[in-house]
Amino acid sequence: MSKITRRKFLAASAAGGTAIMMAPTKKAFAAGSFEGFPDGMGVLVDLTRCVGCRTCEAACNKEQQLPEPAKPFDDYSVFDEIHHGQKRRTTDKAYTIVNRYELKDTEEPLYRKIQCNHCNEPACLTSCFVNAYKKTPEGAVIYDSHVCVGCRNCMIACPFHIPAYTYHSVLNPVIKKCIFCYDTRLKEGKPPACVESCPQQVMTFGKRKDLMKIAHERIKKNPGKYVDHVYGEKEVGGTGWFYISNAPFEEAGFDVHLPKKPIIDNVKDFLAIVPVVLTVWPALFTGFHLLATKGKSHGHGDDHSHDEQGGH
Amino acid sequence: MKKLETFGIKPHDASLKNDGQKWSIMEKLLLGLTLDQYIGQALRNKLNWLFAIIFAIGIPVILYRFVFSLGAVTHGSYDYPWGLFLGFGLFCMVPLSASGFMLGTTVEIFGRHDFEPIERLALLNGLLGYFFAVVYLLVDLGQPWRLSYPMVYSFGPAAVLFLVGWHVATYLSVQVMEVSTAFFEWIGFQRGYDFIRKGTIGLTVSGVILSTLHQGALGALFLYAPGKVHPLWYSAPFQWILFFISSIPAGLCMVISVSTIVIYTMKWRCDKRFIDNLDWITIALAKGAAMGLSTYIIMKFIAVAHDNEWAYFFTGWGAWWWFEMLGFVILPLAILSYGIRHKLVGLCRIGAFLTVFGILLNRLNTALIAFNWQLYQEIPHYLEIIIAITIFAIYIATYRFILARLPILYKFRSQAEE
Ligand code: SF4
Ligand code: SF4
Ligand code: SF4
Repeated sequence: MSKITRRKFLAASAAGGTAIMMAPTKKAFAAGSFEGFPDGMGVLVDLTRCVGCRTCEAACNKEQQLPEPAKPFDDYSVFDEIHHGQKRRTTDKAYTIVNRYELKDTEEPLYRKIQCNHCNEPACLTSCFVNAYKKTPEGAVIYDSHVCVGCRNCMIACPFHIPAYTYHSVLNPVIKKCIFCYDTRLKEGKPPACVESCPQQVMTFGKRKDLMKIAHERIKKNPGKYVDHVYGEKEVGGTGWFYISNAPFEEAGFDVHLPKKPIIDNVKDFLAIVPVVLTVWPALFTGFHLLATKGKSHGHGDDHSHDEQGGH
Repeated sequence: MKKLETFGIKPHDASLKNDGQKWSIMEKLLLGLTLDQYIGQALRNKLNWLFAIIFAIGIPVILYRFVFSLGAVTHGSYDYPWGLFLGFGLFCMVPLSASGFMLGTTVEIFGRHDFEPIERLALLNGLLGYFFAVVYLLVDLGQPWRLSYPMVYSFGPAAVLFLVGWHVATYLSVQVMEVSTAFFEWIGFQRGYDFIRKGTIGLTVSGVILSTLHQGALGALFLYAPGKVHPLWYSAPFQWILFFISSIPAGLCMVISVSTIVIYTMKWRCDKRFIDNLDWITIALAKGAAMGLSTYIIMKFIAVAHDNEWAYFFTGWGAWWWFEMLGFVILPLAILSYGIRHKLVGLCRIGAFLTVFGILLNRLNTALIAFNWQLYQEIPHYLEIIIAITIFAIYIATYRFILARLPILYKFRSQAEE
């Protein structure tokens, strides 16, 4: 009996495809210790300077060869647009958009540019089951739409609601989002189109770590002007694009409840049990089987022939 | 069928006819009836008319989706990338199909062969549920023809969905093998039957492993969206445990529910062994479900306590949470417990139906209703709803088709005499 059960036991572990199923954990832990490339580039966005001219939107549209929008870029009525009670968001036709927020304490509204934040440990990347995303050493989070299956898990995962999907394409629907102008500019060390186009110099392009210093200096040198927080320094493990603002970030529509840790950290508890289940379960349940069937050649009223027991 | 029985016509249930001749496949497909008899009984069945109406509307809509894109049948929402197809089709169908591995374990691992009359129904329930979850997935994926990419072409092994994909695919094949014994019996392929039976333990154990992991993984998928799912339905350390534990009563209660429907509508197909054993089996399954439910309740509260979310109880979402918990977890538990204690099969069945609804509600809450709770509520597009209903109707029709033919609810007579 023991011989046969050992074979069964091995068969069971093999059927579990141990090797393959173990893979997720290793990779995830490797990804977990990753904190962005040291020389990755980033962009500091100073919200106090933005006047809501939408020049960056137009520049992005041109650079990324996106379709012409429904309303021209000098139409400011878009700031009043509300869909489902929400302000505008990035879409498959607009990788960046500017929204206006009314503040509590001042008459002056605040404008905020939204695009992919190029996270250090992107949730979109870690959630994608075909590994379509890539964080480049230059700091951009890009993706390969040729492998995208269209599960849209990355849209679920992105804490900033960035990736959009070309739902209306029949044969080749894909994810669309800001790619830091990687192909056309960043690769060559040039600043992205939107950054360059801005007449107010809202955005500063440079190495992330240098920009972070500048951000803190700017806050320190202008007491009372900024809230003392760099949004994106710590949020979800740090982002490549980050913001300083004169108004509390929640008033500018930022999610201030995001965890400081990367999104993938939430998933690690689960991934950690995977190898445990894979190694312990086969032994455990084969053991149960032996105990439960010991001394019993056939169950009650059972007339299926039970080969595993018939063998001894 | 009932009407035919009164004329003394019996459905096919053995490999040889009474006169010792073999049944042909065609005769088997027609359940041993003549073509006229078969069509006659099919037309008398009102459910068939309902199916006809659903298919007449729904199947063109499904085609429409593939010709005119996903955006044509859904709202194409960026904020709700997962709609009904996954919210219902994947997240609800999979736990409700957890029955296969649980009864497989009971019978094959724990050697409780007295549960055998229901084992095949549970296995079939598992197989079909998973299969149709994949069908829903295929409708939902932007590029379903790339479904095999995560398997063969481009790996994203850090992703929970990668694990789900692999496991559902592997488990589906395990289940096909498990159910194939019934099929081999039906077509009369004894060697195939023997071959699979030899591997039963291996198949069952891998079923347990795969199920534990992917039932939990479905919960873990939402761990990617900490700010989006309402905290009462989100718990980083416990999400996978909650999904796994709740799949136990889900699967068991689904079997109770299906067997209830079957015993009332397809009694002609059940053999004496099934009918005689069903009552005590129902109560035994209800016991398992009740144990699962009580563990689940405890875990739910531990999750709330761990994240210190008591304050949410006093909001509108809290009320909704209590509605789910009281009406569809605690109430069914009470009904089940009373039914078990007093051996009231009917009550156990009511409890089981409620539990099934509770699971539906919980999964829909997590995936759709309490998802993006800070944004807005998405109401699915009506075509999306029609497609979801149509696929479900195909599921039921397939289920019934197989139950009517393969030896699931009855035992092949030639086998018994061997
Ligand atoms: S902002 Fe969203 S899309 Fe951009 S890198 Fe981060 S997770 Fe990915
Ligand atoms: S939608 Fe595409 S890119 Fe996004 S997670 Fe799925 S396969 Fe990856
Ligand atoms: S970085 Fe490039 S792609 Fe991204 S918003 Fe700016 S212009 Fe558009």
